[in-house]
Amino acid sequence: MFAYYLDLALHSLRRNKVLTTLMVLALALGIGATITTLTVLKLLSGDPLPQKSTQLFYPQLDPYPKDQPFSRSGKKLPWLMSYVDAMNLLHARKAERQAVMAMSEVKVTPQAQDGKPFYAHGVMTTADFFPMFDAPFQYGAGWASADDESREQVVVIAGFLNDKLFGGANSVGRTIHIDDRDFRIIGVLRPWAPQPRFYALHLSGRNYGMGDAVFMPLLSARADGMTPSTVMSYGPGSDMQHLETAPSIWLGLWVQLSSTDEASAYKLFLGNYAQQQVALGRFQLSRVALSDLMSWLHNEQVVPDDVRLQAGLAFGFLLICVVNTVGLLLAKCLRRSREIGVRRALGASRGAIFAQFMVEAGIVGVAGGVLGLGFAELGLWGIRHQPAQYASLAHLDLSMFLFTFVVALVSSLIAGLLPAWRACVVAPAPQLKAA
Amino acid sequence: MDILPILSTLRRHKLTSWLLILEIALTCAIVCNAVFLIGQRLQRMDMPSGVAEHELLQIQVADVTSPSNPYARLAEDMAALRQVPGVLSVASSNEVPFGNSSSNGNIRLDPAQPERTLNATTYFGENLVQTLGPRLVSGRDLQSDDFVDVEAALKGLSTGDSKSLPHVTLITQTLAERLWPGQNPLGRIIYLTPTVGLRVVGVLDSLARPNAYDQAKAQYSMVVPLRMGADKDLSYLIRARPEDRANVLAAALVALKKVDPQRVVTMQRSFDEVRRKFFQDDRAMAGMLVGVIVALLIVTALGIVGLASFWVAQRRRTIGVRRALGATRGNILHYFQTENFVLATFGIALGMVLAYGVNLFLMSHYELPRLPGIYFPVGAVLLWLIGQLAVLGPALRAAAVPPVVATRSV
Repeated sequence: MFAYYLDLALHSLRRNKVLTTLMVLALALGIGATITTLTVLKLLSGDPLPQKSTQLFYPQLDPYPKDQPFSRSGKKLPWLMSYVDAMNLLHARKAERQAVMAMSEVKVTPQAQDGKPFYAHGVMTTADFFPMFDAPFQYGAGWASADDESREQVVVIAGFLNDKLFGGANSVGRTIHIDDRDFRIIGVLRPWAPQPRFYALHLSGRNYGMGDAVFMPLLSARADGMTPSTVMSYGPGSDMQHLETAPSIWLGLWVQLSSTDEASAYKLFLGNYAQQQVALGRFQLSRVALSDLMSWLHNEQVVPDDVRLQAGLAFGFLLICVVNTVGLLLAKCLRRSREIGVRRALGASRGAIFAQFMVEAGIVGVAGGVLGLGFAELGLWGIRHQPAQYASLAHLDLSMFLFTFVVALVSSLIAGLLPAWRACVVAPAPQLKAA
Repeated sequence: MDILPILSTLRRHKLTSWLLILEIALTCAIVCNAVFLIGQRLQRMDMPSGVAEHELLQIQVADVTSPSNPYARLAEDMAALRQVPGVLSVASSNEVPFGNSSSNGNIRLDPAQPERTLNATTYFGENLVQTLGPRLVSGRDLQSDDFVDVEAALKGLSTGDSKSLPHVTLITQTLAERLWPGQNPLGRIIYLTPTVGLRVVGVLDSLARPNAYDQAKAQYSMVVPLRMGADKDLSYLIRARPEDRANVLAAALVALKKVDPQRVVTMQRSFDEVRRKFFQDDRAMAGMLVGVIVALLIVTALGIVGLASFWVAQRRRTIGVRRALGATRGNILHYFQTENFVLATFGIALGMVLAYGVNLFLMSHYELPRLPGIYFPVGAVLLWLIGQLAVLGPALRAAAVPPVVATRSV
């Protein structure tokens, strides 16, 4: 039966080529716009570490002393931590794993004679960074906590930097020159760039895009005079060289907590720490927060407003295209009242008529989906040529590819409901009489 | 043209009429808001910087081996740049308007005040006002004996020695008006910390901050007489005639390389590029919105063409009867045009309500202002025009139906 409806539908669509083209084109435009913006939205609001994100937490404190209340944004806790607090919490080792981090732009000088120095994105962090974030190693490994304390001049470099400097060979044991100091390479990462760059949120202006190039122990990097990209000061005397004692926040702390019990225990510990600091007179307020990775990204609205606005706009567009298709399908089906009358008179049931028109709508949907896929690819191509941070990441993946057809079919079938219903309630007798 | 017969016809085609009205309404709602958003973006992109935009160049260099005396290096670099032919003026600066990277300070009007009054950006560097080119509205420019070295100032902050701290500042008109509405700002004191008080000695007509995201606070800028040594975060700003800029930039880079051949140029751009880069997202968004509006209007127009053609085909016999009874081609043409106008009007009326609703939603989610009333008539006229254009083809076809149709197949 389906094959027959298909045949009828194709016949009917062919008979009115202009109208069919209009319907398919309008639907395809709407689908193309929707899929393009949804792909970007999905990309930007995705889970950077799906296997680990539920175990990663971001603690926040309110380190502002009595005489300098935090007046930046009222209820919100400061994004970052001061060195003293970050180190206290790091050394307390109350979580399974913990690491502090700050971003820095560093100057890398290749060893080769004519090597021109260049600037690269650097991360100053502590030992647990790699196991906690599941950073995959191609060669070597990360450093140990002891290396943090002894200020070892070691570095983990990204695969792309290894390719650039050493042609992809195993460079463990060799040295690179960073900001005028020699660092011994102890590990080379495989390509690793979680999106969004959750660990760099508020630490650098880059929330998306390529991964970082070098990872150095925080204490060694600071001893060499490297400065963090973001420093917020809440009191006088914020010298960039003495950030460890300055009234400044510039570090992010991440902890790994495997169960909800551990998480609530850590929250309790954090609260006690803050109260202790209030008692000591360091803090004014004892409020704390502990957000898991996805809520942290969500609360900080890492997805740009523009992207959400575009997705909304595309949905509005699709809605109009669907209304448009309803109108055109309806026009077609009312025009064919006589044909319907004949089919009904020859014994076709209402259900059969309904099915026939739904099949026709479905075909329009599939065609719209195929063409819409083309429009989506075109749209994503356009986004890749935009200057946004996430531009190079905008690609259609398999799930969005399939989703395109789901959207296409669902919207065309919804569009087909009303016309198909109108078609199946056509009374056969008057139509036959008129013929 | 009598509207009543049209209404009675439409009443007999409720479903299709409503679909058309709905489509026009949705289009109207989205187009009104999209045009409004475009206006917002264009207005933002037009934000004044206060500087001589077409005459400025920005250069940043990083030294491979840090100079032993960064202040001597700064003086050397500045002198070398001044020698470049075509250079009108040279400045060193920690930041540039719309440059994104900024240093900001919390301003208090009373050192004992617990909460800051506002947050403003602090420009520092030598020769800034002369090179950047904001107009001095009142007071005086910074003088060489106002200047203090950054390192000394930082030391002074921690030791409490006020002699090594800067004492004066220039502020923008907007900032002055915000801090002391309607009063003379000259001679008044701004506190950056309880110990650092800066006396306002001059007022600039306009100088945008590097991080001018919020239009209301974009002009909260002050210039402080602090001298930075040569550093990778320091920018050299060069003023030259617009037509000389390309040559001056090339020659300036050569001059800086001559001072130290090892150094790396990390940034070299004209101020036009600074502005383009800062507003690139707004431009992309405005472009996308224009695309959406055009696509929407095309889809709606095609929808109207499709439905109108269907209507015409359906009513061929009626049209033939009317023609046989004496209606002119013009009458038929006008009939369809009026019908479309009536439908569009219903759609637009409904669309206005929807547009207002969408705007309320956007206001609550995206910090947008209220949709100004002017967008409603603009949207209405646009949709009426689109409707009339779209219906013209089918209406002409209807007008071409010969009266003889009435006598056939009845």
